[in-house]
Amino acid sequence: MTIQGDRLGEEAIDRSRFAEAVAHLSAGPNRFAGLFPSLRASGGVELRAVVATPGGYTSVVTELPPGDLAYPSVSVGLPAASWYEREIHDRYGIQPKGHPRLDPLVLPLLPEDPHPALGDWHSQVSPDPRALDAHASGEGLFTIPYGPVRSGVFEAVEYLVETFGEDIPRLRSRMYHKHRGIDWRFEDLTPDDGVLLAERVEGTASVAHAIAYCRGLEQLTGTEVPYEAEVVRLVHAELERVANHLDSMIRHSDGSYQAVANARLAVHKERLLRLRATLCGSRFGRNVVVPGGVSGPMRRPPDEARSELLRIAGGVSDDARAMMSTPSFLDRLRGAGVLPADLVAAHGAVGPVARGSGLGEDVRHARPYGAYPSSGFRPTPPHDQGDALARQQVRLAEMDESFRLAADGLAILAGCNEREWRRGPGAAADGTAISSVESPQGELLYVVEADGGRLARVKPRCAAFHNFALFPAAFRGDILTDFVFIEASFGLSIAGVAG
Amino acid sequence: MPWAARGLREGIVTTRYPRRPDDHGPDFVAAVTVADQPVEGASQGIAGLCPTGAISEGPPVAVDRGRCILCGHCVDARPEVFAYESSLGTARLHRRLLVTPPAHGDDDLEVRVAAELAARVRRFGRSLHIRHVDAGSDGSEEWEIAALTGPIYDVHRLGIFFTASPRHADVLLVTGAGAAGMAEPLQRTYHAMPEPRVVVAVGTDAISGGLVHPTYVTRGGVAGLLPVDVWVPGSPPSPFSILHGLLLAMGRLGGTRPLRARGRR
Repeated sequence: MTIQGDRLGEEAIDRSRFAEAVAHLSAGPNRFAGLFPSLRASGGVELRAVVATPGGYTSVVTELPPGDLAYPSVSVGLPAASWYEREIHDRYGIQPKGHPRLDPLVLPLLPEDPHPALGDWHSQVSPDPRALDAHASGEGLFTIPYGPVRSGVFEAVEYLVETFGEDIPRLRSRMYHKHRGIDWRFEDLTPDDGVLLAERVEGTASVAHAIAYCRGLEQLTGTEVPYEAEVVRLVHAELERVANHLDSMIRHSDGSYQAVANARLAVHKERLLRLRATLCGSRFGRNVVVPGGVSGPMRRPPDEARSELLRIAGGVSDDARAMMSTPSFLDRLRGAGVLPADLVAAHGAVGPVARGSGLGEDVRHARPYGAYPSSGFRPTPPHDQGDALARQQVRLAEMDESFRLAADGLAILAGCNEREWRRGPGAAADGTAISSVESPQGELLYVVEADGGRLARVKPRCAAFHNFALFPAAFRGDILTDFVFIEASFGLSIAGVAG
Repeated sequence: MPWAARGLREGIVTTRYPRRPDDHGPDFVAAVTVADQPVEGASQGIAGLCPTGAISEGPPVAVDRGRCILCGHCVDARPEVFAYESSLGTARLHRRLLVTPPAHGDDDLEVRVAAELAARVRRFGRSLHIRHVDAGSDGSEEWEIAALTGPIYDVHRLGIFFTASPRHADVLLVTGAGAAGMAEPLQRTYHAMPEPRVVVAVGTDAISGGLVHPTYVTRGGVAGLLPVDVWVPGSPPSPFSILHGLLLAMGRLGGTRPLRARGRR
C-alpha cells in the first residue's frame, strides 16, 4: 500500500517560488486540484497544493512563518486557484499577494474582525455582508438579488444577477450564508466518529464522503479492506449517484413544466431512497462505511434488493428515454449554459460538468479504487456540446452504468458467504494521505493528516467547490429564463461548496 | 399525448399516512429508544458511547433525540439497553419532550403546549402554507422536505402547500445547524410572516447543531435565533416525521382535533 503524496514524495519549496512551482506542476497532462492549509502549533501555516497526475496525486508544500502568512498568489498564473486562495484568506488570514480579486468567499469579515484561525479556535465570529462588494457597474444595468431565501425548497445561496433586463452580462454568487466551518470539527473527533462528520459535509453525497475519508485513514494505517466490504461500498455509492442524477433531472423537469415527468421522476427517486433504507436503515446510506470496511452485511437479501433495483432501473430508463424525445423539454436545455472546452480544461473542472464539455476524467477509471478495478466499469463517453443538454446526457448514461454496477455488486453479495466486513485499522502513521473518489458531482478529494497517532487535520474538497467558480462563465449569451437549467445542470451542493 | 398516458400508468401511489400506517415505516431508523434500563451499576461510561452527548447516565438512562444523529453506536455497543425505533411520528411540541424515556410531568407538559398551540393556530383551518429556510443544513433535509410535494407523500391532499413568499406563509420550516450567516435572513423571513405563525425545526442539526456544532460559525441549532414550536428530530428526519410535525403544527394530531373528524365526510 503506497501513501500518495506522503512526506517522502512531496516537494517542499520556498514560498517565494511556490506559485511558480504549482503552475509548472499543473501544466501538461496534470491538473490543479486544490490548495490546503494546515495550521501549525507555532502559528505558522503549511500550505499544500495538490495536483492530479495521470497516475495519482502529487503535492507542493511551502511553510508560511507565524506573523507573516503571505506568499505570491498562485491565482495570477493559475486562475483555478482563485477560490481556494479566497477561502484561506477568509479563514486563516493568509495573504496571497497579487491575487486578482481577493473578495470574501465563505466568510466576509470587516477589517477589525480576526480571522478564525488567528483568534481563539472556537470563538464565534459573524459574517458581515458590509465586507462585500455591492456595486453593479454599467449604464442601465441593475442587480437582481436572488436568495439566500429563494422560492422552492433549496439550500441557501445568493445569486446577484446583473442584467439590462434579459441578457446576463455578469453573475455573482454568494454562499457564505451557510458556511459551517465543518472541516475543523474533525479535529475534535476520534477517527471512528470522523466518518459520521464526513457524511454530513455534503449530506446528499454521504457515501462518497464516508468512503473518501475512510480511504484516507486506511492509507495512513495500511489497512486492507475486505473485498466484500468494498463491494458493499460500491453498491451504496452507485445508488447515491443515481439518486443525485435523478434529483438533477427532477429539477430540470420542474423548470420546464413537465408535470408528468416531474411526478414520475419523483416517484422513482423516492423508491430508490426506500430501497437504500431497506439495505441499511438510512435513506442516505449513512452508517454503512466505517474505517476498515463496512458496518455489517446488508439488512435485506441482496438478490431481493437486486430485483427491486432492476425494476426501478427499468422505470427510470423508460421515462428518461421519453424525456429525451420530448421537444418542449429538449428545447430548454439545448444551447443553454455552454461551457467552452478550453475554459473547462484550463480550470480543471471535474465530474459531469466537465464531461459535458468533452473533458474530465472519472476517478473510477483514471485512479480505480475499491471494487471498481474488477467491476468492469465503463466510463461514460463524453459529450462535447458543453451545454445543459450535454451535461444531462452524461448523467443519463452514468445512471445506466451505475444501475448495472450496483446490480452486479448485489449479485456478487448474494453469492458470497464471507463474514468479515471490517478489518480494524491500526494506529495511524504520521503523515498526509490524499484520497479521492468519484462522487455524484465528480472528483471528491480528502486530505487526511495524522500526527502523533491522532487526526491532526481533515480537509474535504467537494467537486462542487471546484466547479462552482466556472458557474458565472456558463451564462454568456443566456437569458434569465435559462437560469434554472444552468443551475440544475451544475448539480451544485451548497453545503459542500460553503464548507 | 404519451406523457398523459404515462401519468396514469401506475394508478395511485400515494401513501395513506396519516390515516393508515405506511409499509415503508419499518424500513428506516427513525429514532433510538431506551428499551431497558441497565441493571444497577452497569450504566457507567454509557454516555461516552454517544458522539453528540445525547445519552445521560441517569438513573434513569435517557436519550435526547434532539441531539441524537442516529449513528447507532449505542445500539451496537449496548443492545440490551438501546434499540432502534421505526416510527412515522417522531415530532414533538416541546424541546423537553424529545428526551426518552419521558420524565415525570412530561404528559402534563404535552397536553399544555398542545392546547396553547391549538388555540394559536385555530385560524389555519384546513389549509397550511409553508416557507422553508435553510440555516446551514447538509442538504439532505431539503431532499426530504421536497419529497413531500411528490406523488408518494402528496401533501396537497392534506391542504398543505409550499409558498414562495414568507408573507403568505403560516409555517416556517427551518433546517440546519444555525449558521451565523443565515441568522439575519432567517429572522427577516420570520418577521415578514403574518401572525399567527409557527416555526418547525427540521432535523437534529436544527434542534441542537448535532455533530456540526460547535464551530466558530454555528449557533447550536435555530432555537437561539427563533422561537421554535415544533421539533422534528432525525439526521435527516424522514418525510413522514416532517409531515407529522406539520400535522402537529396544524393541531390535526394529538387528540385535540383528530384528523378523521376533519375529512369532508
